[in-house]
Amino acid sequence: MSPYDPGEDVIAVQRAPTSGAVRGTYRAFGETLRGLKTTFARIVEGTTTIQYPEEKTPVYPRFRGRHKLHRFEDTGLEKCVGCSLCAAACPADCIRVVAAENTPEHRISAGERYAAVYEINLSRCIFCGYCEVACPFDAITMGHDYEMSDYSRSDLIFTKEMLLAEPIERTPLRNEGE
Amino acid sequence: MSSSVAVVGFYEPWWIQIIKALVIFAAAFAILPILTVYERKLLGRFQNRYGPNRVGPFGLMQPLAEIVKFATKEPFRPTTSIGYMFRIAPMIAILTAVAALALVPFGDVQHIFGQRVGLYGIDVSIGPLYVFAFAGISFYGIMLGGWSSGSKYSFLGAMRGAAQLISYEVSQGLALVGVVITAGTLSLTGIVHAQRGMWYLIPQFAGFVIFLVASFAETNRAPFDLVEADAELVGGYFTEYGGTPFIAFMFAEYMNMIVVAGIATTMFLGGWLLPFGIHPPGWVDPFVVVAKMMIFITFFIWVRATLPRLRYDQLMSFGWKALLPLATLNLLVTAILVVS
Repeated sequence: MSPYDPGEDVIAVQRAPTSGAVRGTYRAFGETLRGLKTTFARIVEGTTTIQYPEEKTPVYPRFRGRHKLHRFEDTGLEKCVGCSLCAAACPADCIRVVAAENTPEHRISAGERYAAVYEINLSRCIFCGYCEVACPFDAITMGHDYEMSDYSRSDLIFTKEMLLAEPIERTPLRNEGE
Repeated sequence: MSSSVAVVGFYEPWWIQIIKALVIFAAAFAILPILTVYERKLLGRFQNRYGPNRVGPFGLMQPLAEIVKFATKEPFRPTTSIGYMFRIAPMIAILTAVAALALVPFGDVQHIFGQRVGLYGIDVSIGPLYVFAFAGISFYGIMLGGWSSGSKYSFLGAMRGAAQLISYEVSQGLALVGVVITAGTLSLTGIVHAQRGMWYLIPQFAGFVIFLVASFAETNRAPFDLVEADAELVGGYFTEYGGTPFIAFMFAEYMNMIVVAGIATTMFLGGWLLPFGIHPPGWVDPFVVVAKMMIFITFFIWVRATLPRLRYDQLMSFGWKALLPLATLNLLVTAILVVS
């Protein structure tokens, strides 16, 4: 075997029909029939479209959608203690936290302080999930909601009440192992 | 038939002629919008998607929405354009397309309310010649439209259109001559009657294939849509058109497709005849013809979904070096077989 013999590494390349007269026409005819078969197979295959507003692609459990703030389920107190670690971790600088002291008669969170103002500007958020990682109390997590378009930018600044509220379940969730 | 003038077969009084013209015209313009939606939906299926399905049930209202959109557009024309020609061109296009449709026979002569009514616009003794005459005039629509736009893209599109239509009209005509020789008549109804024994699809199969390929070029459809060539000419001869004149061109194009499908049905698929000696009542005839035309139109769309556009030199070499010799050969063989 000569060193220049490519052996079995030769790849057969499908050539386009030459634009010659008779033989080219004959070949073009055959190739046309092959093409027609290919496109017809697409009809048999059926559509793969997802009719978006009616049908939605399920998201994975760890999908990073709109944020959620959490309360303790037993006491109903907010988990957030207003430490501003999420705001510090945020690369887009979209979280604003103003902390205030809890008093015995006015108790909002489980810790010493609570977040008097907690705002996320969702028009700036890049959904990186660093806030979730930074939070020492798991008070903020990324939800599954991704339909957040709105008509004005100010409507996209989500306040604490909006983030604490149960989101309207608009997004189907993918089951385990799906 | 002794005179040298074309003989037109009239069975009906003049008022039936007018009613027939209106009915055919209305029916054609009712089918056209459905055809556009059908094409887009079918193209979608060929690409694993649905196509338009939002407006109305199954997206059938889509053309209505589009017509409203186009009709409410501001009319405009480039400053370099030639006004009256710019307006006349789409009219020529649509007029010739509709005029050619008059010839397609949708059925045999029927007895309706005691009158003998032929289910076709007119029955002339020069059949295919009439069609080619109007195809020849329709090319003025493209040519004037492109030229009077005063735009380079339009002009290039129109030039390509002119060359393409002339080249392929020859092959298309020669392919039909084979049928005419076999049938021994130029009347389209006569040709249908001559196919009682066997559709010309079988004895004239080569002619059928040649006619079909040439028809793609004649109707400016993929893979021969060099006249439009969206990618390189941004729409070709109707680049500068918008609003209703654009619709006119679009409709003319689809109408040409219907006409070609109708001619192919008449010439090769036996018009309103059904195989295996089935003789339905007369009112079924138009449905048979329309069904056969839909087969052709579906095939047109199928090919559009399949083949890429040809290069210009490929188009010309294919037309003159392959299609024309084949058509001539087909004609010669047919003539020899018929005479011997």
